[in-house]
Amino acid sequence: MRIVVDLNRCQGYAQCVYLAHEVFRLNGQEALTYEPNPDDERRLQVERAAVACPVQAIVIDRVDGAERGETS
Amino acid sequence: MTLRATVAELVREFRASGRIVIVGASLAGLRAAETLRDEGFTGSLTIIGDEPYEPYDRPPLSKQVLKGWVPADHTKLPRMREVDADWRLGVAATGLDRATKQVRLANGELIPYDRLLIATGTRARQWPNPAEAALHGVHTIRSRDDAAQLQKELAEPPSRVLVIGAGFIGSEVASVCRELGIPVTVVERGAAPLVGALGGVIGEIAAQLQRDHGVDLRCGLGVSSLEGDPGGHVRRAHLSDGSAVDADVVVASLGSIRNVEWLEGSGLAAGFWGVGCDAGGRAFDINGVVTDSVYVAGDVARAPHVLYEYQFLAMEHWDNAVLGAETAAHNMVNLEPHYRPHLLLPGFWSGQFGVNIKSVGVPPFGDEIAFTQGSVAERRFAAAYGRRGRIVAAVTFDHGKWLEYYGKLIEQSGPFPPPPPGWDQPPDMKPMPAEFPDPRVPTAIPDVVLTGHAPSERTAEFRPRRH
Repeated sequence: MRIVVDLNRCQGYAQCVYLAHEVFRLNGQEALTYEPNPDDERRLQVERAAVACPVQAIVIDRVDGAERGETS
Repeated sequence: MTLRATVAELVREFRASGRIVIVGASLAGLRAAETLRDEGFTGSLTIIGDEPYEPYDRPPLSKQVLKGWVPADHTKLPRMREVDADWRLGVAATGLDRATKQVRLANGELIPYDRLLIATGTRARQWPNPAEAALHGVHTIRSRDDAAQLQKELAEPPSRVLVIGAGFIGSEVASVCRELGIPVTVVERGAAPLVGALGGVIGEIAAQLQRDHGVDLRCGLGVSSLEGDPGGHVRRAHLSDGSAVDADVVVASLGSIRNVEWLEGSGLAAGFWGVGCDAGGRAFDINGVVTDSVYVAGDVARAPHVLYEYQFLAMEHWDNAVLGAETAAHNMVNLEPHYRPHLLLPGFWSGQFGVNIKSVGVPPFGDEIAFTQGSVAERRFAAAYGRRGRIVAAVTFDHGKWLEYYGKLIEQSGPFPPPPPGWDQPPDMKPMPAEFPDPRVPTAIPDVVLTGHAPSERTAEFRPRRH
């Protein structure tokens, strides 16, 4: 799955870090880094994190991967 | 049929079977494509990108990718919806003929359009000496491939990394090197890191931050040449003070160049600073007349901003790519009076040396700065930038939650120094010169007058963010 965090919005509440610590990490007190392409088996975790984010900064893909013929 | 009905029919027909071409397959290009489909455009959509990859996100490249946590090919952007486009990836656009409405590609193909979106962004400024730039171990970092190659070399690891230029990218690279335990030297022409974006006062704090983390930071110096070994690998850099630094990886972070060369001869207002456009993303021609069929979004766009005396701003900000693309795409398939303005309060972030640095507004527009919250010694603070008694920007170090407070004040043209937020105040909130390297010459404009949507009001109405 693919995700992106809008780091303009992110305020370092770290809810995502508690809920999906393999995917989201704090570097210091509030600088968030994350794995933008986590394994699909982490989808539930990531979705929970996205819902829990107080500023709704986590964006999850709504379509699977690339479209057909896209990389022609 | 009445004229009104005829126009409505034309719009319907364009949305159903028009041809839209987007040049640039990165964040702005992708979000524009998604917005076009969201808005009911069912005509043909072609997306042209010079890199062979589908759209990917760049901010992680200089952070988690360099660190080796995330592979470079894991940064593909999430898709909000199917865009059903004809993707031309790995081929650059090389020309634009507005008379025949065609984009020329590097392979000679001509792609016709009814409406065009320019989202070609920027590229990294290369080390100016081509022979030295070609040495193994000399890097810039902008693309996925750049990041992948540099990450590989950092993993070996090198005996020392030299970073040329201490802007955000350079500082982030230095930060990653220290996290990986690699000795790093940073050479910066200016007086301090981040000085162009945040001024000398904040620059001094950033300098101390780097030194505290073991960076060999040398400011006020340039790199005059790079020296390679017989095998063509960089080994040493000579500095402008006659000293030398031994390093086997060199990262040139010298800022960016806007990708406008392909527009030469198109008659558009394209140049060094980007492609001029109105606040709705409609490109200007060389006479300053707005076009009807060419739009611009992202890093390459340059539009007047109501909050900043209608100066043309080009912003290499993530937010600007997303919201500018959404606005331009909306306007491409709508008619006046349904055009939307792209009224973004600029903002950026950077994670370095364990500190979250965020900013809102346009700091270099200010000439004074005042620390308003927190503690500089603990590197947890907020500071506001002012110009002629008005707050124009703010920066926070590990104080991101407060940016919204300052953002509101900036939108409302609030006073500088700003009213205290009533918490965590530093002992000294007195304004001081912000020390930007190239202080702007005072203009004859007596005051900042924000006309926005209602000229009698000193406010601008900001479009709420959607996702």
